[in-house]
Formats: sequence, C-alpha cells, structure tokens
Amino acid sequence: MQRRHLLGYSAAGVGTLGVTLFVGWWQVDGPGGKEPAGKRPLSLSAMDFRLTNHEGNAVGPETLFRRPTMVFFGFTYCPDVCPTTLSDISSWLDAMGEDAEQLNVVFITVDPDRDSVEAMAEYVGYFHPSVRGWTGAPEEIARVADGFRVTYEKVPTDGGDYTMNHTASVFLFDAGGRFMSTIDYHESREFAVPKIRRAMQNGTEGAT
Amino acid sequence: MKMVLKGAIAAFSMVAGFSGPVMGGAEDVVVEDAWSRASIGSNRPGAAYMRIRNTGDEEVTLTVIRTDLAMMPEIHLTSTNDQGVSSMVPAGEIEIAPGETVALEPGRLHAMLMRLQRPMAEGDTFLLTLVFSDAGELTVEVPILGVAARGPES
Repeated sequence: MQRRHLLGYSAAGVGTLGVTLFVGWWQVDGPGGKEPAGKRPLSLSAMDFRLTNHEGNAVGPETLFRRPTMVFFGFTYCPDVCPTTLSDISSWLDAMGEDAEQLNVVFITVDPDRDSVEAMAEYVGYFHPSVRGWTGAPEEIARVADGFRVTYEKVPTDGGDYTMNHTASVFLFDAGGRFMSTIDYHESREFAVPKIRRAMQNGTEGAT
Repeated sequence: MKMVLKGAIAAFSMVAGFSGPVMGGAEDVVVEDAWSRASIGSNRPGAAYMRIRNTGDEEVTLTVIRTDLAMMPEIHLTSTNDQGVSSMVPAGEIEIAPGETVALEPGRLHAMLMRLQRPMAEGDTFLLTLVFSDAGELTVEVPILGVAARGPES
C-alpha cells in the first residue's frame, strides 16, 4: 500500500517534471520564447520598408530580389569602422572581378538625420562602383533595421555632436532572399570572399 | 593588456623600491606607418593611424594629442561586442611598456579628429603632436590618403 503510494507520487513527480520541462522549453526555445538578442534577419521577402537610393530612386526589399545580396549598415560620419568595412567590401568585390556584378551591394545608413541622398551619393562614390547607398525617413530606417535585426543608437560626443553605435556585421542573402550568413567585424578577412561565393551559389535554385 | 602592463609596472616598482611610477619620455618613442583618410568636407570627424613604439627602458604614457587640423583630437577605441554592435569610446591615457608597440589601426585604437578646421585632402599631410606624461612631445607628419584607404601603403 505504502509502496503503491510511493509509486503514485513518483509518477506524479515525473509527470510534474515533464510539464515543467515542457513549459521551460516552450518559454525559452519553443514557440512561446522571446527572440534572442542575436536573432537572424528575416528573409528579404518578409521585410517591408521604403527607402531612397543614392541616385534618388525609390527602393525596397523587392529591389534586392532574384540576385544575391550583401548589406552593411553604417553612417557617413563614422570615422573608423564604416570606411574600413566599405574598403574591405570594395576589396572583396575587386577580388571577385566580373562576378561582383551579379551581386546587390547596399550600404544603409542608420543616421538619416545627417545622411541625405546627396551625402550618400558622395560617400559611396569613393568605394567600389557596385556599392549602393540607401537612406530614408527615420521610421523607415527603423523598419529596415528591424527586418535585419540590426540595432543602432545615437550617442552624444563631447563636442555637442553625436556618433552612432550600430551593428557592424555584413549580411549575406542568397538570390531567393534567404539569409545566409554574416561576415563579422572580428572575422578573419580571408573567409569573406568564400562566404560571398557560397551565398551566390546557394541562390541559383532559389531564383525564379 | 593595460592591466597586465600596470601589474608589471607595480611589481617592478615594489622590487626596485620606488614609491612613484617610473616614467620614460618622448625621446624614447618612435612613430611609424602614420596615415589617415581624406575627409568629405570638414563636418565629419577624421581618423589617423600609426604605430607608436617605446624604444626606452621605462614605461611611457601618451596623455594627449594635438593638431591644428582639429579642435578636438582624441585617442578613441572602437570595440565590437558579441552581438556585432560596434561602438567608440575615448581611450584615455595609453601606457606603452618598454620595448612595446601600440598600434592605432582600423577597428581598434585610432586618433579621432573631431571638429576639423579644414577638409583633409588626399595627398596632403598634417602635423600631429603626441604629448607624454613627462611633458615631452613628439610631432609627426601624417600623410592623408584616399577616403577608401585601407592602410599606410594604399
């Protein structure tokens, strides 16, 4: 009798444990979980934003469909990381020769207050000719950043100016608009071109 | 690295019986591979890079930088966290141990040139003065390369 009670309690205990584990999984890793901070960008087809390119034309996610895409967020008042990354991107594109023409390459500002269409045009003119510059209304910049899971923040500097903290990874998508990988700032540079080529190859079956 | 340097200096001071820090001076410092990028206009901050080598037997501390090119030149540190978010903060004083080199290089430490007094034109140079804690100074001529330059050679 006592033994049966024990078994009963054990069974109830196991059951409770199972429920606890399930609830834990649901809340942390399962459908009920919050997205982790380092979450993946959406597919381009799931994004929704309206911006203007450095030539003054309206652009959106559909502008990037059917070709593999490389995107970097930054701002033209950025003295260090942004020119360095855009120079790196330019050198990768140089290394790819004519293949670079098959790729969308977009630099999107996180500082629309200062980065007008004209400012973007002048800035991207210093880098590889494939690099396009996109800017837009602050709320549209917020939408595109949300789609890419990019964070950015205005930080005042001593002189009464400000600088921007921002996600400095380079994002790669295949021709179907599926997120493939990032090239992170700390990453060894020799992996960049192979990653870009992988995104380009992956795109072929996704293109329509 | 800074902590390690401080630790090493503290240990040395104790062993040698000094009460205060031991300081080398500007005469022991060699600057190599200085370069900067051209600016677009003068509203945007510029950045300059170089390698600063301490050839002396004592630690040297870079306290301030000065140039007539910018009202607010300052050594800044760029860092990128594990979420890929990049940010910049003033680096404060830079301690350089005997025989060590501190590199100001893209994506790390850099001489941030805020409030430019004139545009930085490709092909020009400007003078940048490094001031050390012993009040010694070292002035270097910094070449201005293209906006998309990637290093002292390009």
